[in-house]
Amino acid sequence: MREAEVRRLLAANLLCALAIVLATLGPAFFLDGFSVLGTHLTWLCVCSVCVATLNIILHLVLKPNQSPKRRSFGHKISRFLKCCIYFFMSCILFHAIIVLYGAPLIELVTETFLFAVLLSTFTTLQCLCLLGPNIQAWIRVFSKNGAMSIWESSLQITSVCSILGAWFGAFPIPLDWDRPWQVWPISCSLGATFGYMAGLIIAPLWIHWNRKQLTYKSR
Amino acid sequence: RTRMRLRSGVFASSCLLVQALGVALFLRGFFPVPVRSVPRREARADPPAEPAPPGPGMVSNWTKIPPPLFKKVVIVLIDALRDDFVFGPKGKQFMPYTTQVVEKGTSYSFIAEAKPPTVTMPRIKALMTGSIPGFIDVVVNLNSPALLHDNLIWQAKTAGKRIIFYGDDTWVKLFPKHFVEYDGTTSFFVSDFTEVDDNVTRHLDRVLKREDWDLLILHYLGLDHIGHMTGPNSPLVGPKLREMDNILKKIHVSLLSKEEASLPNLLVVCGDHGMSETGSHGGSSEGEVHTPLLFISSAFGKRSAPPAQPEHVQQTDLASTLAIGLGLPISRNSVGHLILPVVGGKTMREQLRFVHLNGFQLSRLLQENTPAYEKDPGYEHFKIAEKSHGNWIKLYLEGNNSEILLNLGKKVLKQYLEALKTLSSSLSKQVAQYDMYSMMVGTVIIMEVLILLLLSVPKALSKQAQFEVPLSPPLFSLLFYLMCLMLCAVHVIVCTSAESLCYFCSMSWLTAVGVMMLISALMCGILSAVAKILENYRLPPKNPVASSYSWSEIDVLILAGTIGHVLSLGASSFIEEEHQTWYFLINTLCLVLCQELCRNNFLLKECDPQQCTNVKRNFDSIGESSECKSIDIPAASNSKLGKATSSSEFIKESNKWISLATPWIILICCRLLRSLNQTGVQWAHRPDFGHWLTSSEHKSELSFLAVVSLLMIFFLVQRRCSLVSKIAMALGLLGVYSYRAAIGNVTFPWQHGGKDISKGITEARFVYVFVLGIVFTGTKDLLKSQVISADSSTKSTGLWEVYSGLVLLAALLFRPHNLPVLVFCLLIQTMMTKYIWIPLKFDAAQITVMHYWFGQAFFYFQGNSNGIATVDISAGFVGLDSYVEIPAIFLTAFATYAGPFLWAIHLLCYLSSEVSR
Repeated sequence: MREAEVRRLLAANLLCALAIVLATLGPAFFLDGFSVLGTHLTWLCVCSVCVATLNIILHLVLKPNQSPKRRSFGHKISRFLKCCIYFFMSCILFHAIIVLYGAPLIELVTETFLFAVLLSTFTTLQCLCLLGPNIQAWIRVFSKNGAMSIWESSLQITSVCSILGAWFGAFPIPLDWDRPWQVWPISCSLGATFGYMAGLIIAPLWIHWNRKQLTYKSR
Repeated sequence: RTRMRLRSGVFASSCLLVQALGVALFLRGFFPVPVRSVPRREARADPPAEPAPPGPGMVSNWTKIPPPLFKKVVIVLIDALRDDFVFGPKGKQFMPYTTQVVEKGTSYSFIAEAKPPTVTMPRIKALMTGSIPGFIDVVVNLNSPALLHDNLIWQAKTAGKRIIFYGDDTWVKLFPKHFVEYDGTTSFFVSDFTEVDDNVTRHLDRVLKREDWDLLILHYLGLDHIGHMTGPNSPLVGPKLREMDNILKKIHVSLLSKEEASLPNLLVVCGDHGMSETGSHGGSSEGEVHTPLLFISSAFGKRSAPPAQPEHVQQTDLASTLAIGLGLPISRNSVGHLILPVVGGKTMREQLRFVHLNGFQLSRLLQENTPAYEKDPGYEHFKIAEKSHGNWIKLYLEGNNSEILLNLGKKVLKQYLEALKTLSSSLSKQVAQYDMYSMMVGTVIIMEVLILLLLSVPKALSKQAQFEVPLSPPLFSLLFYLMCLMLCAVHVIVCTSAESLCYFCSMSWLTAVGVMMLISALMCGILSAVAKILENYRLPPKNPVASSYSWSEIDVLILAGTIGHVLSLGASSFIEEEHQTWYFLINTLCLVLCQELCRNNFLLKECDPQQCTNVKRNFDSIGESSECKSIDIPAASNSKLGKATSSSEFIKESNKWISLATPWIILICCRLLRSLNQTGVQWAHRPDFGHWLTSSEHKSELSFLAVVSLLMIFFLVQRRCSLVSKIAMALGLLGVYSYRAAIGNVTFPWQHGGKDISKGITEARFVYVFVLGIVFTGTKDLLKSQVISADSSTKSTGLWEVYSGLVLLAALLFRPHNLPVLVFCLLIQTMMTKYIWIPLKFDAAQITVMHYWFGQAFFYFQGNSNGIATVDISAGFVGLDSYVEIPAIFLTAFATYAGPFLWAIHLLCYLSSEVSR
């Protein structure tokens, strides 16, 4: 059971990583002059949309958190709307945090906001898929020893890795190398993407290696 | 227990003292004493006569400085003029007249190499003194921006030449009262491309018609501004170069038309530095270092074919060349050598005379700076050349005027040039030479102390906080003597074989031996500490509980941030932009604190009961403290209303939310402060609130901001002061505002007319009285708590009073647009203390590191940077009639380091109040 679940997690995560690779390479066939650095905004959109769709599909297919109760349609709709609002709020929150970190407030708003959307896709969207719009559960997952399943562990790892990636991505900005990827927000969004991909790969491996120590409390 | 504490304190402070010694030694070695001869105020030696020809009876009659070669000299300095703007394709396209003069006209063109730092002021110094400004220069000359060393302008003025200057006002500051007429334009508004240059050009027509000047200097800034804003390849560069070309044409034509038969005129075109591919400058890339240097005069022979490639010369060579050209003594500190083609039209005897003068000046400079000057190859060459010069003069005076004499003269000239080149290069090398030995000794001391401190960290953090300083064990004493002996031997060897000046060697023997003993003692201390640690490891650990200490996110961040900051200093860009590192770190710190607070507030039910109650109690205690001290205004009013029971719940709840909001408020404060002052290098030119506020049309906004800030400062500081201090504080802050109003920074609302601006000395001294008064009361309390009773609350109020006195001083010294920095500093300290540090129970080490980080960040929030240019020297003149060295240095240092200093004092206050808790 455990092994099979880890394998499913690995497959899902590899699919996500593949989606990012495809989002990077794919549009070059359809769009003229597409490149990650040159048309960064387009890439940000494509990447966010790809990852978001794939995550939602995976969530619907795999159903990692099967709820025992069957809910009414109206409940589902309200839940969905709530998720949308939460996602939007998380975008705004990330945008605010990025501006607080020193991103320009008035100039480059689109860039900053799309970067915030990308970060939200990597972190909040997954939370929403897995935990639903339930802040209490989020706080539980993101505190020490709070994960209750391998999916939640994976969520922890990928989210933290994406945030850390974005954080480290800011390091090269002050360097005077004058490279195209040092332009705001390219280094940060690339950092976040690499962090996310690293998290996707690390998570199943880490769970696999620590499967003896991991004892999840039953719900 | 206090005695034990004292011991650890004594240990740390003695370590710090030794550390300071090491740093001082290192710095002395790192900053080489600049090549410098006596200041120009000293009596000047007479110029040397021509070398005496050998044999009796014959003396040369040329003992004076040769007469000037040019009547009028015009120097056109175009800021950031890169060599390819004149000699490259851009020059051909946009500067047709100059290109024509370079290729076919009567001119000599060179590429002058500027030494880094390629910034305008040091470059002007280099051009006019011929010396290379060392870094220590900046520190030594902090008090007065005027150039005190011997320089061309001063020489020209002393010789009675009339100098006119238009352009960058750096010149006016460097050479005050030197110009008979000047108009300085400020290079402050980088976005202005045309006005700065029009301000220079508008005088040109009038001046060129006049006859009452000898030297005209024009400094054009527009090109530099274009470079900063848009880079060297922008479309704006072309028109600007064309404008410059037209100006050069106008000057050249006018000079030619006025030329008389007696003496030709000279036009010099040069750049102070180039620009890099991004348009900035300051570094040492090829584009920044290479500048064109053109000499245009009818005295030069007409060129038939265009020159292949301009020859490379040093920028410092211009000073000597111009001195010769104007018939002035070469400035004493000049390390440059004469550019010979410029005087190529003169007779052989004159040319030899010129190079002899130059060589004599260089060799004298060498004599004054190097003890072993006789061994210097340049000096030897010069002596040989001088001798053959004497022989040549003998032949010349004998009336021998044949071809042989000319050939011989050429040979002598060649010898001289060789000597000049060697002399000048060995002199310039001296500026860049580090005193390696002193640096090494300093480094060794610093490293040893650092290791010792690191090794004793576990002991310092343990309960006893006590150190056993290991010096007695006999084994180590043997090692100690051996090491002393060895180090002394090394010292003797190094010092006897040293070629250049070495500070450590020039110290007395006793001191040197003392330092050696210190090094050995430290080494022995480290060894014994290591041995002790190893011994402890071999013993089985007694209490395994101690090792189960787990790292919280804050600990990880603090460690990673500290290490990361140290590592980041390896890259020069990170040093230039160090403020970014600190802002980044404190932002992250705030976010991590926010996470910590969230966990504490929301996970109360799920965490284990002990911790839970702990946290709960802490939050209760804030509520209680706010009630009993009645700090919080709502708390006070509520308790007055007598709803104590219901309001305590409410207060607890509101406290929870305020504490959750605290990190975000701090983040917003930091973001606001960040956009108050742009600093660093790359983004320093960005518009910021500071510039917006200081511009004259926003005076009323600035006044309003200052009033609000001063009020906020009062409310934030007064809550822990005694009544007397409160009143003193209020009056002092009022004085600060009236001082700023008196010097014209801010206005009173009722005062609209242009009141005359004074120096505000009375007002500033009025504030100083209160500062001293408050600090004195505080010190009195501190002393009282030390001597009479161990009552620690007296101590903490005393400390707080000292702190508030310093805040008042900072409020006086800060420029008015920086007052929000002070407000936010106090606000963040208050909020952090109340809602984060006390409830979350951080330990002293964490608190200290956080204070350090915030202190560093506030250093940059004030608008400082790691460059010396951002130091606000005006703080040193507050309340002083004239420049008085000691108070000015103290005030400037305090105003510069106010941020870190205030945070350090706050740390003391906080820790002492925590101890008393």
